Amino acid sequence: MGIGLAFIIVLGLIIIAYIGTDVLKLNTLFAVAFPYAAFLIFIIGFIYRVIKWAKSPVPFRIPTTAGQQFSLPWIKQNKIENPSTAWAVALRMFFEIAFFRSLFRNTKAEILNGRLYFGSNKWLWLGAIAFHYSFFIILVRHLRFFMAQTPWCISVIDSVDSFWQIGLPMIYMTDIAIAAGLLYLLGRRIFNPQVKYISLPSDYFPLFLILGIITTGILMRYFTRVDITSIKELALGLAYLKPTVPDGIGVLFYIHLFLVSVLFAYFPFSKLMHMGGVFLSPTRNLANNNRMKRHVNPWDYPVKHRHYEEYEDEFREKMKKAGIPLEKE
Amino acid sequence: MGLPRPEELISTVNLKKMPSKRWMDIKPELKPGFYCYGAKRKDLAYVDFPNARDFHPTDPDWKLPEDWKRIVIEGIKQRIERFRTFHIFMDICVRCGACADKCHFFIGSGDPKNMPVLRAELLRSVYRKYFTTGGKIFGKNGGARDIDLDVLKELWYYFYQCTECRRCSLFCPYGIDTAEITIIARELLNLLGLNTDWISGPVANCYRTGNHLGLEPHTMKATLEFMCNDIYEITGVKIEPPINRKGAEILFVTPSGDLFADPGIYTCMGYMMLFHELGLDYTWSTFASEGGNFGFFTSMEMAKRLHTKIYEEAKRLKVKWILGGECGHMWRVWHQYHNTWYGPIDFLEEPVSPITKTKFEHAKSNKIVHISEFTADLIRHGVLKFEKSRNDNLVVTFHDSCNPARAMGIFEEPRYIIKNVCNHFYDMPDETIREQTFCCGGGAGLNAGEIMELRMRGGFPRANAVRYVHEKFGVNMLACICAIDRATLPPLMDYWVPEVRVTGVTELVANAMIMKGEKERTMNLRMEPLPGKEA
Repeated sequence: MGIGLAFIIVLGLIIIAYIGTDVLKLNTLFAVAFPYAAFLIFIIGFIYRVIKWAKSPVPFRIPTTAGQQFSLPWIKQNKIENPSTAWAVALRMFFEIAFFRSLFRNTKAEILNGRLYFGSNKWLWLGAIAFHYSFFIILVRHLRFFMAQTPWCISVIDSVDSFWQIGLPMIYMTDIAIAAGLLYLLGRRIFNPQVKYISLPSDYFPLFLILGIITTGILMRYFTRVDITSIKELALGLAYLKPTVPDGIGVLFYIHLFLVSVLFAYFPFSKLMHMGGVFLSPTRNLANNNRMKRHVNPWDYPVKHRHYEEYEDEFREKMKKAGIPLEKE
Repeated sequence: MGLPRPEELISTVNLKKMPSKRWMDIKPELKPGFYCYGAKRKDLAYVDFPNARDFHPTDPDWKLPEDWKRIVIEGIKQRIERFRTFHIFMDICVRCGACADKCHFFIGSGDPKNMPVLRAELLRSVYRKYFTTGGKIFGKNGGARDIDLDVLKELWYYFYQCTECRRCSLFCPYGIDTAEITIIARELLNLLGLNTDWISGPVANCYRTGNHLGLEPHTMKATLEFMCNDIYEITGVKIEPPINRKGAEILFVTPSGDLFADPGIYTCMGYMMLFHELGLDYTWSTFASEGGNFGFFTSMEMAKRLHTKIYEEAKRLKVKWILGGECGHMWRVWHQYHNTWYGPIDFLEEPVSPITKTKFEHAKSNKIVHISEFTADLIRHGVLKFEKSRNDNLVVTFHDSCNPARAMGIFEEPRYIIKNVCNHFYDMPDETIREQTFCCGGGAGLNAGEIMELRMRGGFPRANAVRYVHEKFGVNMLACICAIDRATLPPLMDYWVPEVRVTGVTELVANAMIMKGEKERTMNLRMEPLPGKEA
């Protein structure tokens, strides 16, 4: 649901960038003002959201345990899936964030002839890994535009990423992987009936937006010539806070940059904030050690409860008759 | 029970077919067999719950307070500010759908609003409308909607179709826990007096008598003595249950379900036989006569109000530590909440087994040990002697109860015990046990009779796995460490796999355990002939 709306919005954004630069020649607005504004919104918005979450306290320690608990010394604890120390929690979080541990567990349930069957289902995990890691590497690769001298670590990433040299210019593996990952993630929203049913326009929108970004990126790198020198000049200017807008930057680049700006500005208001939220999720980032170490609830308050004295007062005669020991005879 | 036959029940379920209408455009329809009876005025009033009145869900007029919308919105705001879980879970779901087919209610009913993601969206959509910029601007297109009576009915209907089992939270890449969302949604509903009879009745009972069943002290004593008579008949060993005895070393607390119905009572007999055999210095309490906590299914505050009596009784009876029986949500409350509510527990001592001298390091702060931890330790030290062949007529499998599994992680202890007292044990498939275990279909206050269809549907994945080991290995006994399970699994088995019966782990222990001074046993605790002793 809402796939059309999301698509139209992204198409509209592309048209805005086209008209804004190619027709109205508002190059400075699109090359300087929007990127700066988007970057600021992203940084401030992201921090604001995380602080807002962090302000809500964690009243109870409620990790979801996914393995054997720590109990008797001769029973082997699953230290990562059911951590009881801070170090083990850090390890659990590492696996969760770096390898999407929980998603890797994914299964598929199907009913056939009145029986329930389970299958392994790692496609979502694979698609998510392909998308996120490629996005991350592409982002890092782009840093060379913002630095006069490309640092050696970025050069290394660059050469590893283009390890399989197919023609010229060299093809980045991540370009293929991110396109495949994105199309898979979009495809399951269209073809998997359950996922289709739960999807909102805000689920399709970032997919189309990022698809637009990588499409324009791939077009610029492999299919149409853009003036890399001018683009680097612009990027360096932005990075060193001395923005200049060189001539001869094609409209394709402006579309690319505008979609990136929209993504950055949209990020803090959207579900994309899962990037920050996953670190704070109390079912994952707490140790399962409540019986060893007390967790304190900052807003705890005394509650009205029944006292034994009231209980005995109500049942004293019956207790006496039954020979149950009493506080007051 | 007026249900279609099992094959028919499940043949209508299609997990792939979704309605053509958007979910927000489908109005809630309360289907008989899927919702519990409403709460009674007297029960709500007894514990000072808001808007106490006789509540009938099918009445068009829910008799809500005039400013009910404000109460709900204020309630959401307060909980956003109090629970980081709720705050984050409302914000970061990406609707990847990994949780969709993990819920037993979705698998058994095919109702898309039983997909955990959509269950959460029911409330999330309201949250967006009143608390997020995007929701305010984009409305329905931003996944946001106003709260109205239909939305409220939908929340009530579906948040009482979740058993807070946390299976979805295991698979969620961000650990979004539907149990937490359900707990909070039910808190909000309780602000308007929208409770169920099956939950509010036990809550009121528990407040007054100390237990859900409303057993008064003399009745509890008589019940235990009655069980001891049976134990005497079966074993020739005479047991006097210690009740409200001051100065005992250990306070024993178990759910009252174990005192009442078959097969829980056999587990209860098992506890008493085990403690007698060990010569354990312990006591029951007629006030702390309930480890379970239906208050937990209404609000955190009510849960705290009910559970407080346990530590109070431990203090009054001057015991050193507490031993807890087999129960599911009781252990969730004890393991993850009670220490926070009542601690620091400095009036008790760090638990040490008086028999083996094992220090229970893992319970050194809250001072409560699980009976399976306690028993596994005894067996490991060779304290108990068993005649395993007494359980030879049983081919056993083990059902991990949701709460001890995903809110604690007690997997090996009960299996170790079973393997030491039974010769035939087979686990169900990996996708259905341990952390991936399936709910019995009746947890979190959903074990009411009037929702039998919902329970049979929700219990289908569990029953399906039992049927698998029944057909493959001849399994005929389903063991568990939860009193709700002992109440909900027997009808589930009768419906899906009638050849399989249900038992507590301690019942198996007591059957196999050789007691000092026992006569030659010919019957098990259910007074059925032991294998080889059939007349």
